[in-house]
Amino acid sequence: MSDEQNSVSDILEDNTYKYGFTTDVESETFAKGLNEDVVRAISKKKNEPQFMLDFRLKAFAKWKTMKVPEWPNVHYPPIDFQNISYYSAPKQKKVLNSLDEVDPEVMRTFEKLGIPLDEQKKLANVAVDAVFDSVSVATTHKKKLMEVGIIFCSFSEALQEYPELIEEYIGSVVPVGDNYYAALNSAVFTDGSFVYIPPDTISPMEISTYFRINTEETGQFERTLIICAENSYVSYLEGCTAPQFDTNQLHAAVVELVTLENAEIKYSTVQNWYAGDKETGKGGIYNFVTKRGKCQGDGSKISWTQVETGSAITWKYPSCLLLGDNTTGEFYSVALTNGHMQADTGTKMIHVGKNTRSSIISKGISADYSSNSYRGQVKVGKNATNARNYSQCDSMLVGDKSSAHTFPYIETANSSVQVEHEAATSKISEDQLFYFESRGISRENAIEAVISGFCKEVFKQLPMEFAVEAQKLLTLKLEDSVG
Amino acid sequence: MLEIKDLHAGFDGNEIIKGISLSIKKGEIHAVMGPNGSGKSTMAKILSGHPAYQAMSGEILFDGKNLLEMDAEERSLAGIFMGFQYPVEVPGVNNAEFLRMAHNARRVKAGEEEIDPLDFDDLLSEKMKMLGMEKKYKERNLNDGFSGGEKKKNEILQMAILEPKLSILDETDSGLDIDALRVVSEGVNKLHNENNALILITHYQRLLDYIKPDFVHVLSNGKIVKSGDKSLALELESQGYDWVTTAN
Repeated sequence: MSDEQNSVSDILEDNTYKYGFTTDVESETFAKGLNEDVVRAISKKKNEPQFMLDFRLKAFAKWKTMKVPEWPNVHYPPIDFQNISYYSAPKQKKVLNSLDEVDPEVMRTFEKLGIPLDEQKKLANVAVDAVFDSVSVATTHKKKLMEVGIIFCSFSEALQEYPELIEEYIGSVVPVGDNYYAALNSAVFTDGSFVYIPPDTISPMEISTYFRINTEETGQFERTLIICAENSYVSYLEGCTAPQFDTNQLHAAVVELVTLENAEIKYSTVQNWYAGDKETGKGGIYNFVTKRGKCQGDGSKISWTQVETGSAITWKYPSCLLLGDNTTGEFYSVALTNGHMQADTGTKMIHVGKNTRSSIISKGISADYSSNSYRGQVKVGKNATNARNYSQCDSMLVGDKSSAHTFPYIETANSSVQVEHEAATSKISEDQLFYFESRGISRENAIEAVISGFCKEVFKQLPMEFAVEAQKLLTLKLEDSVG
Repeated sequence: MLEIKDLHAGFDGNEIIKGISLSIKKGEIHAVMGPNGSGKSTMAKILSGHPAYQAMSGEILFDGKNLLEMDAEERSLAGIFMGFQYPVEVPGVNNAEFLRMAHNARRVKAGEEEIDPLDFDDLLSEKMKMLGMEKKYKERNLNDGFSGGEKKKNEILQMAILEPKLSILDETDSGLDIDALRVVSEGVNKLHNENNALILITHYQRLLDYIKPDFVHVLSNGKIVKSGDKSLALELESQGYDWVTTAN
């Protein structure tokens, strides 16, 4: 590790998974297994208020009665939930007064990932919460945000400092028993990020969380809660990587967003978890995530943008619950699968309020032996007069061994609604690449041009630097697959 | 400029070109004619470096360099341009942006700086004006939804931007109505000068009413069976291909 300081683009230069290293830090890890005592122990370890323990126990009781969902178009051997450790934290002093007290190995890990955390090198206009295995290790720019009243801290800290906010909102968007993995997360989550934007505030910078799984047999169960009060705005970014192991690691996160009247949350993800060996399919992350936003106040808006390029299996449907009148939900997604990856991803747009609008732009790219499914639900309730939805789901196939599937579900209980669905499948072909080459354009630039053209509508939603990196990431992953 | 020596070539091990020799100097226009299946398109593909086609023996020298050892990208950068019979559609990639990429690849190769988008726009506008092309060619995506004629015009626009030493136009006249044929040929004529050369691959002689070749070669069953000047094309037109192919 020494003093390497790779930028994200340096890391991307070579076509192997560069994030596949592990960091040697002393950590405190619970013995494998899951029972009520483990749930209590996690809560105790984190010195949580009673309501949080009650929430966990309720979730755990619910989880025990539930079954692993079998409807997604993905296939994997049953997970042994007793063979996972539910808590792993880098050992450190109890209270960190400054970043200097974070284990230098952990700091270097994030630096190597292109996420400098120390005060001198912090990313200029992005506040970062870095989550290492189960716990948040550092949050930058806190003071600057606090000056305008924005709370941005780890979930554990929020539980100590702002328990009333957590109690009011946790589980209000994703109830404890929502689905199998959400219930599991609700019982055993260890940390995550908390953001509160007070009324009439535009966040002066992008806020982001960077997730890193380091330990082989630990599950990562983090929780993100973002509340955006009246007339406020925040843009939130999320990035993820993990080391390369032959075994599969489970990542089961829950993200809850709440917007009050006229507020807007823009949530962007670039997911690059280790996807397993390209040839054998061995190893990789199981990414079973529940993300949901609730447009509670009238005129509010939630926009999800995701670029999914990693994980052995992705099972993820960032959704919007459009409760208030005149609320807007958006979903922009690029999901790339290659090697033996399987993705079943999409969204749910639930229209409850009047004049609610939603749009879905989904771009699936499948290469090699991978399988890529879009699954989307548009549901319009009987009171959602004049609701409108527009969905566009495009698939691009690379090579002839991959597959793409589209599963749209549309349900409307109101006759004044307008729902449009468009879908198209295309191929990135050898002929297209030859055409570019015969004009003196390299194969690499040709792939980049075709892919970024295909994903244009999604990339333009991403913050600038993220869009550039996302484009490079996709090109790099596809270079070996075309032809 | 181009020297083809006893070339045998084809694809999947099938020999389609069965011994062709041809020498092209700068400033010249050569027409290669022949019936369907005579090997015209294979010849175009071999020259452009299409990976599915292989030379079995013989050689091709371009400015003294072994062309068969160069891939399509290198050939283009060396100054060869292929005008495709069926230009491929690339949705999502803006035509002007594509042209700028191609132009910049040449500049980088020559050790020059990349052109910025505004300067390129001026260059593009100038070329489009010269060719009498409408503004839509800048705005649309690369050949996406273009008619046959529009695609061929777009090939000529690319030729104008890339300023190649040798252009091979494969059945550029096929599928064109008379107006489009005129626009395309006028463009080709404007771009031709004493420093570059042209190979026109065509089935019909009508293209040669607009672009006057210095030499006409008739291809049949993978060989050049007759070479001559412009009058050979007219003779073919009146007598049909049987006249040369059966004589062989």
